[in-house]
Amino acid sequence: MSRIEIQKTYKIYIGGQFPRTESGRYYPLKNKKGDVMANICLCSRKDFRNAEVAARGAQAGWGSRAAFNRAQILYRIAEMLEGRKEQFISELILQGSTLAAAKIEVEVSIDRMVYYSGWCDKFQTIFSSVNPVASSHFNFSVPEPTGVVAIIADENTSLLGLVTAIAPVIAGGNTCIVLASESKPLCAVTFAEVLNSSDLPGGVVNILTGNSAELHEHFSNHMDVNAVIYYRNNKAEIKTIKENASLNVKRVFVYNKINISTEKAQSPYFIFDTQEIKTTWHPIENIGTAKAGY
Amino acid sequence: MSTKTTIPDFRVTPSIDQVGIEERVARFTSRSIKKESKMQGMKMVLSMIDLTTLEGKDTEGKVKQMCYKAAHLHDVIPGLPTVAAVCVYPSMVKTAKDALKGTGVKVASVSTAFPSGQSTHEIKISDTKFAVDNGADEIDMVISRGEFLKGNYKFVFDEIASIKQACGKARLKVIFETGELSTLDNIRKVSDIAMYAGADFIKTSTGKISPAATMPVTLVMLEAIRDYYYATGRMVGMKPAGGISTSKLALQYLIMVNETLGADWLSNEWFRFGASSLANDVLMQIAKQNTGVYQSSDYFSKD
Repeated sequence: MSRIEIQKTYKIYIGGQFPRTESGRYYPLKNKKGDVMANICLCSRKDFRNAEVAARGAQAGWGSRAAFNRAQILYRIAEMLEGRKEQFISELILQGSTLAAAKIEVEVSIDRMVYYSGWCDKFQTIFSSVNPVASSHFNFSVPEPTGVVAIIADENTSLLGLVTAIAPVIAGGNTCIVLASESKPLCAVTFAEVLNSSDLPGGVVNILTGNSAELHEHFSNHMDVNAVIYYRNNKAEIKTIKENASLNVKRVFVYNKINISTEKAQSPYFIFDTQEIKTTWHPIENIGTAKAGY
Repeated sequence: MSTKTTIPDFRVTPSIDQVGIEERVARFTSRSIKKESKMQGMKMVLSMIDLTTLEGKDTEGKVKQMCYKAAHLHDVIPGLPTVAAVCVYPSMVKTAKDALKGTGVKVASVSTAFPSGQSTHEIKISDTKFAVDNGADEIDMVISRGEFLKGNYKFVFDEIASIKQACGKARLKVIFETGELSTLDNIRKVSDIAMYAGADFIKTSTGKISPAATMPVTLVMLEAIRDYYYATGRMVGMKPAGGISTSKLALQYLIMVNETLGADWLSNEWFRFGASSLANDVLMQIAKQNTGVYQSSDYFSKD
């Protein structure tokens, strides 16, 4: 008897759950021959709103975890990626990649996750400082997560763009909502499955699929989002995002000039971008003629 | 209570079809309310809130701050109503009364050894009188759940009636703590007892026990109010309290009230929400409707 292949249903990832879009809208994803490979959720404003609520709810818990524990969880994500390597490679090929290129993309993604895992408990040290002040205070500055980050990821890669965007943001204790590539969304859902089986608390990463032209407005004007990161090249969208961000003075980062497949796309400075510096003035006793130490 | 009303036998109050209640409730939650109606609904919700602080750690400062919030919900948005009342412990009634002078916001006080109700009759009466003497406009009493569950309905009835007497002009809300009464049948029964004993309002919960207010429980109580109204011609108010923290849910409660009791009950004279965090969620939704932008709690005062 011939067997009908079981097609995978591609859903979105919000708050540790895999719902369909609340809008009930889908778009067909076609291969080079024009055959429909899958129906992909065309996410709406309300999906973004729900994802933001999930991200905000998860932020305090994730941000206050021990940095070392965040490192462990990021490393766990890398391990799970490694275990699913074949699946990612075949999905990339389905989306038009060659075998060699697909293999490289998956491997670079895994390595990048390990890279940021390593930075989780180290970037604080290099970005902190003890500051000289002219009074009897011990004055120091440390980075703290900015909060909820909305990300519109790279359009041209399916997996690497996501990993490159998400890893530095969550390594720093933020939570995020990510819009995956519209033309290459298959790996986004599989990556969400990886996250879901990696001890990553629900809501830390939320992945939506859909159209940036429709969603960038909402990504950038939500008052409860603290930063927006944009990896694409549409000048009109960049302008709107910057304007909307002024509503609550969100931080905006446009990373459209970097080649994400090279090592230039990974650095602790990407973590630092979504950090706020907190400076503490700690009174110290002035003993005898001693002055402040710095 | 007029002497013409015959008091029914509470052992034979109608039994409740739980499945039917749940299906009915499920339909209230599937209505779509848009734009102007939603705005009207949300403003109505604000005007029905009993802003509540009932903590052991309450201080005069905290109560004053909440009273300010009660009268000035979010001054950035013009045309907002005040909440209906603030709900505090008897010891804070005077503070609240002074802070709310001239605002039209009422002061409600819990009494009768809230939240457990485990005390003597004399203490409960003097607790109530203390709150009324200090200026409370409304009294939220708790029933003796233990006596009710034992089947001592006479005790519960007499207690409510005597507190009602102690209230004088203040309106009496009777809290059942439905989370401790286990069945919908019990909730129907206690609703009937309270209303025949003279309650002006019936109220689900103290907010100290989970589950607090739920839609099925509220629907059973609303139906009891309706049947009591048909039997006696007297309107009784309803106050779900605890667990209602989003405007979406609050609007669903309003739909339920409208479709069970009718528009006569859609004012803060007859319907209240006991809540502390609901106000901010409604304010954020109203600001969203006005500005088109989703809001952040960072920009709204905590009470």
